Amino acid sequence: MVCSEIVAGIKNKFPGFEALAVVQVYTDEIYIKVNRQFFKDTCLALHKMFSSPVAMLFASDERQDAGRFVVNCVFVNLRKCQWVIVSMDIPQEDAYFDSLAKCIHSASLFEREIWEMFGIEPKGNPDLRRLRLHNEVWPKGNYPLRKDFQKIEAGDLGDYEFNRVEGGGVFEVPVGPVHAGIIGPGHFRFSAAGEPVINLETRLGFTHRGVEKIFEGKSCLEAIRLSECVSGDTSFAHSLAFAQAAEKILGISIPRQAAYLRGIFLELERMYNHVNDIGGMAVDVGFSFPSAYASVIKESILQLNDKLTASRYLKRVNMVGGVLKGLDEAKRHMLLDSLKGINKDFNELVKILYSSVSFMDRIDTTGVLRRKTAEDLGVTGLAARASGVPDDLRGYFPGVYKEARFKMATEESGDVLARLKVRAAEFKESIRLIEEFTGKLLCGQGISIHLELKKGKALGYTEGWRGPVLYWLEIDSSGLIHRCKIVDPSFMNWQGLSYAVLGNIIPDFPLCNKSFDLSYPGGDL
Amino acid sequence: MLQILKNRILKGVVTRHIEPAFSETIEPAGLELRALIRKKFGRSLHIRQLDTGSCGACESEIISANNPIYDLQRFGVNFVASPRHSDALLVTGALSKNMLIALKKTYAAMPEPKFVITCGDCALNSGPFKGSYYVCGAVKDTLPVVLHIPGCPPSPLQIISALKAFLE
Repeated sequence: MVCSEIVAGIKNKFPGFEALAVVQVYTDEIYIKVNRQFFKDTCLALHKMFSSPVAMLFASDERQDAGRFVVNCVFVNLRKCQWVIVSMDIPQEDAYFDSLAKCIHSASLFEREIWEMFGIEPKGNPDLRRLRLHNEVWPKGNYPLRKDFQKIEAGDLGDYEFNRVEGGGVFEVPVGPVHAGIIGPGHFRFSAAGEPVINLETRLGFTHRGVEKIFEGKSCLEAIRLSECVSGDTSFAHSLAFAQAAEKILGISIPRQAAYLRGIFLELERMYNHVNDIGGMAVDVGFSFPSAYASVIKESILQLNDKLTASRYLKRVNMVGGVLKGLDEAKRHMLLDSLKGINKDFNELVKILYSSVSFMDRIDTTGVLRRKTAEDLGVTGLAARASGVPDDLRGYFPGVYKEARFKMATEESGDVLARLKVRAAEFKESIRLIEEFTGKLLCGQGISIHLELKKGKALGYTEGWRGPVLYWLEIDSSGLIHRCKIVDPSFMNWQGLSYAVLGNIIPDFPLCNKSFDLSYPGGDL
Repeated sequence: MLQILKNRILKGVVTRHIEPAFSETIEPAGLELRALIRKKFGRSLHIRQLDTGSCGACESEIISANNPIYDLQRFGVNFVASPRHSDALLVTGALSKNMLIALKKTYAAMPEPKFVITCGDCALNSGPFKGSYYVCGAVKDTLPVVLHIPGCPPSPLQIISALKAFLE
């Protein structure tokens, strides 16, 4: 889609639209710069045009050079394989913008994030509670992502206000942040009357480490190692999205070889996580034999990763410009041989689960996330596909997946069973893709060396195993990172979980939770 | 169900071939660990794991150490649900400000005698998150840490050998 078509499309929905500039920076990225008063309606028009939730909404601090903040809102047009970014300036003395949250629900969390990190007020947002900087430990009025943020000023510490459900017989069950297992920290507050859950409020941010701030001022070569530590079970997808953003800015086109290798490693990461989750669902209904079986499959994939790349979690593999680890003839054979065994074991695992009536009874119609809810909340990735939203980036954007005729797995029912089925189908598809990519590997360089420094901004995106991992990167003229905005699918999908458990009994919560298997550190950053 | 029963009868106990090099490292290390735990803790060592801002990789490896291939439990190490049941606290991750209170409370809830282990580079010195506005610094500045298991993340084998080396 070219710029003029988009402008015409917006004008159709929003006749008063005026743009300051419309620029196609890369083939898949279009920037529309608007005045502050047109921002909301422009976003609304794009939201309707592309039926896209807000994929990203974030600010950056440009006060040093230009005396203003910039807020960007990103939408995706899957049919045309393009990201459209609406951008506006906000003067520092008068830092506010009109909230989108009442019209586009998926903007809500992003607005709260902008408010707590930059102190730019989204006027009209009904919920301005902080997400990650907990009131108990962080005084008001300290905005850490502002460039001039230095240290905490003393201030009043407060408490967090939970949404309350009132009425006869309603009771609350608070759980966490420390859970009864080897798992990340988060607080869940259930309101229930009798057995069914009426409301679930998740309070997260316990693993907030200030990741985005740490990216700032680092070179790309340092930062790519940091991106691997954002969410440990998605380390390859995160480093890949980061590398893609940096490569776009630096104008590097990676060798074919590297594209196939990245595909192979990305699918290996997907496989070990999917099988882990399938085992997790079994353990959450007390079905320990298949879960043990699944953990053996997971272990064999991790050991395979270790043999191929010397890292069980595929760390230190990606690089800006390609991949550091190649696969020689012997490794390719080992990979294909191991996949055969893994495939056999996996089929067996699924057979055991599907033939257990009590297991199927527990997961069928449990934790339903309806399609409309998923779309409104901006739920992405695997959880959305299980509710009938075909949003897998691999199926749309050109590249090695398109060539390999990638087949997207979707389900309609949106329950735990649907998420299990999508996982199982994707696992099988991953094996097929790896076999296909391995067959196409050539002897040759997996990396192109590039030393030139360039300033610029770009979006990197990849379909990790939970869903799309997005990195928006801005590099300054000295080659250091000015701003890095990360969106892990967990950030949006936690809300989906809160809706999926409604009407279910509290003992089914672990099952619903595991069927989403969201990342605490990925959402908390 | 019939399928499971049929498999059970036809296949018997399912075993799998583990590479000799692999089982030769894990078995002796594990058996020594078991002997040490029997000597020093009666029968078993109970550990409560706590994530104070980890990326999730350390947790994944600790869970892997409990899978049927390593099966840490057969050497006498149990991971428990409550700090009240535990002998040791295993802390992973950079210490986020939000988790400081939870860390102190978890430690306070453990019965004496108790000790603290840190696992992974982040818990030692905040790892790549050093200097962040929201990270409190090393866990050892808050609690008395007696053992650190290095790695990013440490593999299950490293976890087992570090425990063994410490008990010696």
